[in-house]
Amino acid sequence: MSSPVTARPQIRDLSSGTSLPELRKEPITKQQLVRYAGASGDFNLIHTDDETARQVGLEGVIAHGMLSMAFLGQYLCWLSGPESVRRFEVRFVGIVRPGDVLTCRGRVKSVASKSADHEVLIQMWAENQRGEQVTVGDAEVMIR
Amino acid sequence: MSEPIISKDLIGRQSEEVLIEVERGAIRKFAEAVGDTTEACLRGDVAPPTFPTTIRIPIPGLTYDLARVLHGGQEYRFDRPIRAGDRLRCQTQLTDVYARQGRLGEMTFLIIETNGRDDSGKPVFTGRSTVILR
Repeated sequence: MSSPVTARPQIRDLSSGTSLPELRKEPITKQQLVRYAGASGDFNLIHTDDETARQVGLEGVIAHGMLSMAFLGQYLCWLSGPESVRRFEVRFVGIVRPGDVLTCRGRVKSVASKSADHEVLIQMWAENQRGEQVTVGDAEVMIR
Repeated sequence: MSEPIISKDLIGRQSEEVLIEVERGAIRKFAEAVGDTTEACLRGDVAPPTFPTTIRIPIPGLTYDLARVLHGGQEYRFDRPIRAGDRLRCQTQLTDVYARQGRLGEMTFLIIETNGRDDSGKPVFTGRSTVILR
């Protein structure tokens, strides 16, 4: 299980450009890919069967893109709570393999306050242990 | 630019509406598979933001070889969070098909949208997937 190492940011600390604390995930395992396939219903064998993956020109199984988006979803939940997410969008730009260690990072793009509610735009990405971004995106969260 | 390998005639085609009952156990299993430590998700109370990926509804006539599929991108919009016990009326639609030059040569892009409404018809979420066929 991953555990955030730094304190959650407080809304009063947020302003445009603020770097957000990182969330480092445990290394991705083949077992996790099988579990995620079952939980998500994505049974494309390129994620769970090396032979199938090799048949389509890969070196072996690759992680579901949606797993790294789910990591960023966890990151959002940690930053602002699971009920705060209004919009969440990513592009998958790199391959993730078993053994890779992904770290979620982000920064505040803007904060708009409407009475008690704060609409925060967050730029975020997941990068691997070589510092390569594999999934990039942004999100809009509403914090009271 | 050549024709995409999926006919543009399929644009607009929809799935049937499917009733999805959001189960606490399914939320928990999803959060556990991700290693998501968010307490409300581990309890199965609130669905993680990518939980709608579990809702997979085929569009009649739209078939392709899974081995050729790349997931290019994904977007979700929420009118409110999805919670255990929700009964969501969901429908999927192919909203666009186009060919584009990519890193691996010419590829076909499909835009597939899924939306979920509650029993009274109020919108709950919309998902938008960019699927690339190589």
